[in-house]
Amino acid sequence: MVENRPLLTFASHVVLVLGVLAVAFPVYVTFVASTLTLDEIMSVPMPLLPGDQFLANYSQVLTAGSNVGSKAPVSTMLFNSTVMALGIAIGKIAISIIASFAIVYFRFPLRMSFFWMIFITLMLPVEVRIIPTFKVVSDLGMLNSYLGLTLPLIASATATFLFRQFFLTVPDELTEAARVDGAGPMRFFWDVLLPLSKTSIAALFVIQFIYGWNQYLWPLLITGDESMYTAVIGIKRMIVGSDAANEWNLIMATAMLTMLPPAVVVLLMQKWFVKGLVDTEK
Amino acid sequence: MEKRVVFRSAWLPYALVAPQIAITVIFFFWPAAQAVWYSFQLQDAFGLKTQFVGLQNFFHLFNDPLYLDSFRITAIFSILVAGGGIAIALLLAVMADRVVHAAVGYKTLLIWPYAVAPAIAGVLYSFLFAPSIGIVTYVLKGLGIDWNWIINGRQAMLLVVMAAVWNQISYNFLFFLAGLQSIPKSLLEAAAIDGAGPGRRFWTIVFPLLSPTTFFLLVVNIVFAFFGTFGIIDATTQGGPGTSTLILVYKVYHDGVKAADLGGSSAQSVILMFIVIVLTVMQFRFVERKVNY
Repeated sequence: MVENRPLLTFASHVVLVLGVLAVAFPVYVTFVASTLTLDEIMSVPMPLLPGDQFLANYSQVLTAGSNVGSKAPVSTMLFNSTVMALGIAIGKIAISIIASFAIVYFRFPLRMSFFWMIFITLMLPVEVRIIPTFKVVSDLGMLNSYLGLTLPLIASATATFLFRQFFLTVPDELTEAARVDGAGPMRFFWDVLLPLSKTSIAALFVIQFIYGWNQYLWPLLITGDESMYTAVIGIKRMIVGSDAANEWNLIMATAMLTMLPPAVVVLLMQKWFVKGLVDTEK
Repeated sequence: MEKRVVFRSAWLPYALVAPQIAITVIFFFWPAAQAVWYSFQLQDAFGLKTQFVGLQNFFHLFNDPLYLDSFRITAIFSILVAGGGIAIALLLAVMADRVVHAAVGYKTLLIWPYAVAPAIAGVLYSFLFAPSIGIVTYVLKGLGIDWNWIINGRQAMLLVVMAAVWNQISYNFLFFLAGLQSIPKSLLEAAAIDGAGPGRRFWTIVFPLLSPTTFFLLVVNIVFAFFGTFGIIDATTQGGPGTSTLILVYKVYHDGVKAADLGGSSAQSVILMFIVIVLTVMQFRFVERKVNY
């Protein structure tokens, strides 16, 4: 701090505490609603202290889904979301790290064309090519499958850039030493490059896991089958009509369960999360 | 920048880039090319006949008051989301930067909304502000404000903007905090010795030095408002009431998936691709040039 101004410091704390409370308020209300009966929520205003329906609501959504909306159990959806998030995170890291290895450590015809092809994908988010991509996936027979959920989303320019950027900072002496010792390219990749990339991989994993878990439009289009719903889609399918027709206690329990895994990943891996965010945007 | 030491192999590099390139071609280039192709075609209502119509779909779009209105709505929406999100995050980041020792704690308490899916943010806000049972609606009623976003277009817009700002605030906060912490303390100390108070120091030193971060976040937030908010809109207003929150991306989805107008929706996709390209180029330019004094 540049100078001591107790009053201003106090004001800063006040603003920050208000900010934290405002940010947390929607989730607090969600948690409270997930522990109440539907009648309690419908009695305006709903109570602002947790009720005693925690176990009842959570066990119902986990095993049986909602009564009026989607009847798929949320445990299945959470499993689907996990498969999708892990598939996307691991798939993206795997294909990008080998592609950037080739682009940085080899000279070959078409090298720069490949690089630009990958670069351009930055400019084509799913949202702008919805219908044709849907057609391609349906022609390949991948609707309602894990492959269909993950494959179209695992090509990533950001991950390829991040690894390329990192590989360029790896000293050439390491490569020379490996070559003198008779290591081929793949040996060098496994024994030298991969261990050095651990932090970058962890950072990317956090970002891509959240990206995969929170996908909405894509699974909405290609999962017609209840058993393939991801958790985020499941919540949407539980909302069937106007305010009073929904089982808000069950919807809110599902929302809590769906928010939990990515929030835990962010908080536990905070260091890598921040690094990942800053690095992928460079 | 290039490597001095490289490996030699006639086939290995191709095998290594093959998976990435295959996925890029199948799921990016092929669909994008098809979108362009469809955008020049007109399909009859049953999808039996297609006809090449050149730029007709685009002419239709730009003569369609609904589409032009969607541009206006998207512009208002992204200005509110980017402006609101950046202003609030900057305030919080400046405050957190002041209280050095507690900054880490506040950071932990402010970054987790990033982990919440936009669609869930939408559900949360539509519950808080639900016209008949929402807890915030109840408070607003007590204050004499009649809140019903199901029928009031302005309130619907406000609702989706609030959900989007809430969702994006941690991202902005983290970047501003990192930007603030990289400003040399010696500059601020020198200004303090010369008698500049905290407000003066902020506007003459801190804010100008943060301009690269601010511009970067402006582009990122606009991209988020354009594309990332699809889930928020679909989970809350679905473009309504009427068309008061019908942003461009939602209209592509609505026309293509729900109304099955392949040509019109593809033409909209092509226009959106063009917008993304412009935004991406802007982002790279700003990052490279480092807008600064």
